[in-house]
Amino acid sequence: MPDKTMTADEAVSRLRDGMTVGIGGWGSRRKPMALIRAMLRSGVTGLTVVSYGGPDVGMLAAAGRIRRLVAPFATLDSIPLEPHFRAARERGELDLMEVDEAMLLWGLRAAANRLPFLPVRAGLGSDVMRVNPGLRTVTSPYDDGETFVAMPALRLDAALVHVNRADRRGNGQYLGPDPYFDDLFCEAADTAYVSCERIVDTAELAKGGPPQSLLVKRHRVTGVIEAPGGAHFTSCAPDYGRDEEFQRTYATTPWPEFAARYLGGDEQTYRAAVGRRP
Amino acid sequence: MTEVTRAEHCVIACAEEWRDDGEVLASPMGVIPSIGARLARLTFAPDLLLTDGEALLVTSDGTVEGWLPYRQHLTLVTGGRRHVMMGASQLDRHGNQNISCVGPWERPTRQLLGVRGAPVNTLNNPTSYWVPRHSRRVFVERVDMVCGVGNDRAAGARYHCLRRVVSDLGVFDFGTPDRTMRLVAVHPGVTVEQVREATSFELAMADEVAVTRAPTPAELRLIREVLDPGNARAREVAG
Repeated sequence: MPDKTMTADEAVSRLRDGMTVGIGGWGSRRKPMALIRAMLRSGVTGLTVVSYGGPDVGMLAAAGRIRRLVAPFATLDSIPLEPHFRAARERGELDLMEVDEAMLLWGLRAAANRLPFLPVRAGLGSDVMRVNPGLRTVTSPYDDGETFVAMPALRLDAALVHVNRADRRGNGQYLGPDPYFDDLFCEAADTAYVSCERIVDTAELAKGGPPQSLLVKRHRVTGVIEAPGGAHFTSCAPDYGRDEEFQRTYATTPWPEFAARYLGGDEQTYRAAVGRRP
Repeated sequence: MTEVTRAEHCVIACAEEWRDDGEVLASPMGVIPSIGARLARLTFAPDLLLTDGEALLVTSDGTVEGWLPYRQHLTLVTGGRRHVMMGASQLDRHGNQNISCVGPWERPTRQLLGVRGAPVNTLNNPTSYWVPRHSRRVFVERVDMVCGVGNDRAAGARYHCLRRVVSDLGVFDFGTPDRTMRLVAVHPGVTVEQVREATSFELAMADEVAVTRAPTPAELRLIREVLDPGNARAREVAG
C-alpha cells in the first residue's frame, strides 16, 4: 500500500518554475497556507496561479513568484481588499486573467473532464471579454441558438489543497460547512498535494464524518502532508476559525518586515512566532 | 418611539425590493440590505430563502433548513431563482456596475475586489444595487470596468434583469424607454435637486417622484430590537 506522506518542503520541491498551480480554499478560508509558506522558502517562481484568491495570492504576489494570475477576486473576507494583490496590481506587475467566479469553476470542470472548454453564460457583455481578448464564444447548435463564452479548460500542473483529515494514501476529508472546490482542483491537476490537520488511519475517516465528507479521492493525490494549523491564518472549520488578529498584522505590516519576522524559518518557527502551540 | 432615521428608511427601501419575489434566495450584500432582506422575510415575504452568509440556508430564527455551499450557490445563480442586491463602486446610467478596479485595468489607480460573481449574477438572475453613499464618484458617466452588465450591453441575454438601485438618497429603476436609470423615490428629507447634484449623469425622473414609506411600528420594532439591536445600520448610513 503506497504511503504518500511527505513534508511540505518535499512537496514544494517537486514544483518547477513556470508551472501552472491551482490553490484550493476560497478567499481567506481553508487555504493551504503551510504549503504556501514552503513555496516562499523555496525558490520556485514564474508561476501561473489559479485561485479563488486570498492571502495565498497576496503572499506569492508580494514575493514576486507569480508570472500570471487567473482569478475572479482576491480578498481577506473580513478585510475586503487583499493588500499585496492590490499593491502588485497598482504597480502594474501582475499579469491577470480576470474571470468571473463561475467561469473559473467551469474552467476547472472542463479540465477535470478533459474537455477543451465548457459553455458558460457568464462573461458576455462584461469587460471580462475586453480584458481577455483570447476568450472565444460558442453558439448552441440547437433551436435556442444562444451564444455562450467557451470557457477554456484550466488544466493544472499541480494542485495544492488543505483539508481537515486525510489518510496516508491520499483520501481527504473536509469537516466544515463548505468543500469549496478542492476536489475539482485535484481532478484538474496532473499532481495534487493535500495537506491536512491530522493524518488518520483509513478506518478513522468514516468515523469522523459522513461519507459525503470524503472529498478528495486518493487516485488524484500525489502527496499527503500532515500540517496541523496548516491553514493558519485562514479559517479551517471546525478545527479553528480565522485568526483575525494575525490577519490584521499581515494586512498592515510592510511585506519585508512581515516576511522577515514570520517567514524566515520553517513551519515550527512560524508557529512559535505566531504564538501557536506546535 | 424616536424619529425614524435615514438608515431605517434605507432598510425599508431595500426590504421592498424582495416583496413579490416569492420562493427565491435573497442575496443581500452590505449591512442595510441584509437587515432589509431579513425584515422582508419576517413580514411580507415569508417564502424568501436566506443564508447565514456562508454555506447554510437558515430560517428567521437561525434554524438550519438547507445546505448551500459555493458550488451549489453558483448553480442556484444560473438557475435564476435568486434576487441579488450587490454593492457598486461605480454605476452608470445604463446600470453597468464596477467593483473590480478604478482607472485603467492594465494598471489600476485603485485595485478593488475583482469582478467576483457580478458577470454571472447579472446574466442569470434579477439584480439590484445598494449604494450607501450616493456621490458623483459612484454614479459616473462611464464605469472603468464593466463587472455587472448594464442594459445597453445585454442584447441577447435572455435572463438579464436589472431591478432597482437603492442609495442613501433614494430609489431608482430603469423604467425609461431606453432603460436608463430613473429616480422613482427619495427618502424623507431628501430633495430631488440633492440627488441630481450627487449624480454625474443626467438622471431621468419618474412622472411623480414618491417618498420612501415609513416603517410600520411593528417593522421598526423588528429592526431596532430583533434584527439590529447593535445599530450597525447607523455605521453604514449616518443620520
